[in-house]
Amino acid sequence: MKLDQVSLRHGAAPATRSVGERTPLVDGIDKVTGRARYTADLPLGPTLVGKILRSPVAHGIIRSIDAHKARAMAGVRAVVTGQDFVAPYGVIPIAQNEWPLARDKVRYRGEPLVAVAAVDEATAEAALRAITYDIEILPAYFTTADARAEGATPLHESKPGNVERKVEQDFGDVDAEFAAADLVLERRYEGNEVYHGQIELDASIAEWEPERERLTVHTVTQVPYYLHLMLAQTLGLDEAQIRVVKPFIGGGFGHRVEPLNFEMITALLARAANGRVKLELTREETFITHRGRPATEMRMKIGLKANGQITGIDAEVVQRGGAYAGYGLVTILYAGALLHAIYKVGASRFRGYRVYTNLPPCGAMRGHGAVQVRFAFEALLDEMAETLGLDPIAVRRANLLTEIPYRTLNDLQVNSYGLPACIAAVEKASGWNERRGKLPHRPGLRRGLGMACSHYVSGSAKPVHWSGEPHAVINLKLDFDGGITVLTGASDIGQGSSTLITQIVAEVLLVPMQRIRLVSTDSALTPKDNGSYSSRVSFMVGNAALNASKALKRLLIEAAARRLKVTADEIEWAGESCGVIGTDQMLDWAQVVQEALVDSGTLTVKGTWSTPPETQGGKFRGAAVGSSAGFSYGAQVVEVEVDEDTGRVAVQKVWVAHDCGRAINPLAVEGQVQGAIWMGMGQALSEETQYHEGLPLRPNMLDCRIPTIVESPPIEVFLIESMDPLGPFGAKEASEGGLHGFPPALCNAIFDAIGIRLTELPATPDRVLEAIQARRRDERLRARRAATAAPAAATVEVQ
Amino acid sequence: MSKGLLKLNVNGREREDAVAGNTLLLDYLRDTAGLTGTKQGCDGGECGACTVLIDGEPRLACITLAASCEGRAVETIESLAAEGRMSRLQQAFHEKLGTQCGFCTPGMIMAAEALLRRNPNPSEAEIREALSGNLCRCTGYVKIIESVQAAAGGCA
Repeated sequence: MKLDQVSLRHGAAPATRSVGERTPLVDGIDKVTGRARYTADLPLGPTLVGKILRSPVAHGIIRSIDAHKARAMAGVRAVVTGQDFVAPYGVIPIAQNEWPLARDKVRYRGEPLVAVAAVDEATAEAALRAITYDIEILPAYFTTADARAEGATPLHESKPGNVERKVEQDFGDVDAEFAAADLVLERRYEGNEVYHGQIELDASIAEWEPERERLTVHTVTQVPYYLHLMLAQTLGLDEAQIRVVKPFIGGGFGHRVEPLNFEMITALLARAANGRVKLELTREETFITHRGRPATEMRMKIGLKANGQITGIDAEVVQRGGAYAGYGLVTILYAGALLHAIYKVGASRFRGYRVYTNLPPCGAMRGHGAVQVRFAFEALLDEMAETLGLDPIAVRRANLLTEIPYRTLNDLQVNSYGLPACIAAVEKASGWNERRGKLPHRPGLRRGLGMACSHYVSGSAKPVHWSGEPHAVINLKLDFDGGITVLTGASDIGQGSSTLITQIVAEVLLVPMQRIRLVSTDSALTPKDNGSYSSRVSFMVGNAALNASKALKRLLIEAAARRLKVTADEIEWAGESCGVIGTDQMLDWAQVVQEALVDSGTLTVKGTWSTPPETQGGKFRGAAVGSSAGFSYGAQVVEVEVDEDTGRVAVQKVWVAHDCGRAINPLAVEGQVQGAIWMGMGQALSEETQYHEGLPLRPNMLDCRIPTIVESPPIEVFLIESMDPLGPFGAKEASEGGLHGFPPALCNAIFDAIGIRLTELPATPDRVLEAIQARRRDERLRARRAATAAPAAATVEVQ
Repeated sequence: MSKGLLKLNVNGREREDAVAGNTLLLDYLRDTAGLTGTKQGCDGGECGACTVLIDGEPRLACITLAASCEGRAVETIESLAAEGRMSRLQQAFHEKLGTQCGFCTPGMIMAAEALLRRNPNPSEAEIREALSGNLCRCTGYVKIIESVQAAAGGCA
């Protein structure tokens, strides 16, 4: 048990605190030295090269595929089509309508059609060129209006009209609330389709051992367990034949939050070739695989009292979902669930439509489902505040939840609510009251301030699979060496979950973090975890880690009591050492561990956690989505400079306050909040996934206009710690909630600068300039009309 | 494609390898030299993740032919930590959280390394300019700038 002598010395040692400390990532050294191995880096031995042939047709019936020439080529080891899979897949059990390789029909340009494995890349590419096929072209739909039009061919037979899911949710009497309002305003908004843009390219390595009939897959997933299920289902394997390993992951942001076609294709190729296959997608193919934020059309109507109180809300939201279900029905439900629950409102009506189109499927992206509606809601609230002569911050304050705990109209349980403190923090830091509307302008350059609020879940309260298992499980192992090994299925995708879990274990046991090793996401070793999505890991896996550590601590205290011949409640625990209260009797860590292993050997303890029933939402259809054991809150102020000659909007500074509950790692929380705000900026300013006849425009990292370091502003973060009664140490979500507020805060700031309200994202120079020119045209017309009308009016008066 | 003998210096070590004329420096480093710290994040010249130093200048290994490095010195992320100590930039990126998922990090650090060698005390604007070809999707760049400043200031 010889460890770092400074931090893990023997004898009496002070307790070490870990929670609340600014802690570098436990795997940060691997990342900065280049030692971290991502999927494409793994030294697993020689591999065959996998390649995918993709459909050039957006919608069509597959009449035939002829691959006999490819199969006969020297160096080609496997050729597979959709017919070689035994079942379709999909992350949501009730919406599995996708085959890893198209079968019978293709539904978007670029959909995988045939895959090959060959000895090298050139041979694989030659094999793809040798494949011929016959696809009967069907009408293709690239807008929701075309897809929903009378007589449109359904993409999926079971969904005539191409509406995957229609959501109708009504809470309270909206019409009566509108009648009681002093101002009712309705506007239309359009949110852009956005691509995740994780820097690591998609890749999988699959190995089939024919003698044992076992499959091992290393891949870039955020959801290794869901992939495990879908590998078994699509390949017709028993789940016990499969091992899924997640190595280092170069970002996720939702792209990897459902099992992806290339992962199952790689596995099928490996089995067909009886070997090991590596499949790396190009950046263009990653754009086609996509599953990002859907383009969204919104009609938003709000009623306000003269004092700014919201009476009622009526929203209609149409999402362009792409060709397959994926997470789609959850995405449209999130739009309704997180529409109004941040504020106290009288009544709400939501109509949501998830529409199939012949485009790459959309799905979950950071802030799943709720980002676009927050834009519409907070932008309209800003406009109405102005009409009523109220300050935008005053309007938000008029609608804050007052009694906590609070049950929202749609049965969400709010147990902690730091929004008032968030608003106060950014109001002060940005100089809101002194500076808004009074910023100095230079010729052609106008500055403005805008604000918005947002919230998000800390994990979905109901799991995707209602298997009766706990929502999170952590195992701890303590052995002869005195080292604690954390075994977790939680996927660290760069957000720092491995660090957070280590901190929690260290904090409970009061030991230094160096005492702890963390092994993650290998289905052969680690307990199942549902994955890194809906910001569930900190809250749920954090609580499981807390419970596991407490269980281990109990065992160790009992062992110390045994050795010292006292009762457990007489032991004073200080981590690396412990003693009997009021005496000089003490044991060091090694002695306690030695005693604890007597008769039992290696200690393994488990911690689990599940959301309490009262946080699992209401009884209405779709109520599970949006329900969460804890909600984060945030407020932000954005300062912009708008160039009236070019339409260019430059963000000068962002002040953001985020209620993350207890900040277990303030350094990492700041990093997550900054990253979320900045990603919201990309969506609001420049990023937009567009297509020409179903073909992605600009599918590369230069032209998709992810902001560079040059146009990225300082982001000042204030952490508001409203201790959540259910969160681990009071912690809540920190990685997603801030994103939602940026697009509306930006558009509200643009209004403050130039007096124009944008209702379409992103605020690209062409859109802004067009709006400026349209206003100038209107002003000229008005002036001309006034000039011609004035003499006429005078004449009337004379008569 | 026929192969030729490529002589170059990689991370201080002279190497001779038979390399095809169309082999990219990125593939040579990763597949032949086994240096997987240099990453590929795009289809060529878009993201900066593969930034290495060639004779001290930051270059994109994904659009550089290996053969063009004949007689030159190539430095990758693996060269920076010496004698068991991380470089000041590595230390700063670790401690200031200039890295989250870590995939852009090797390229980002190599671009910053080139900057600090020619300009040990860069202004914030100079840091932004020097790293403008390196995309990061995690950090919003705030802590990357702080990391480079900390390394330059020597307080990392």
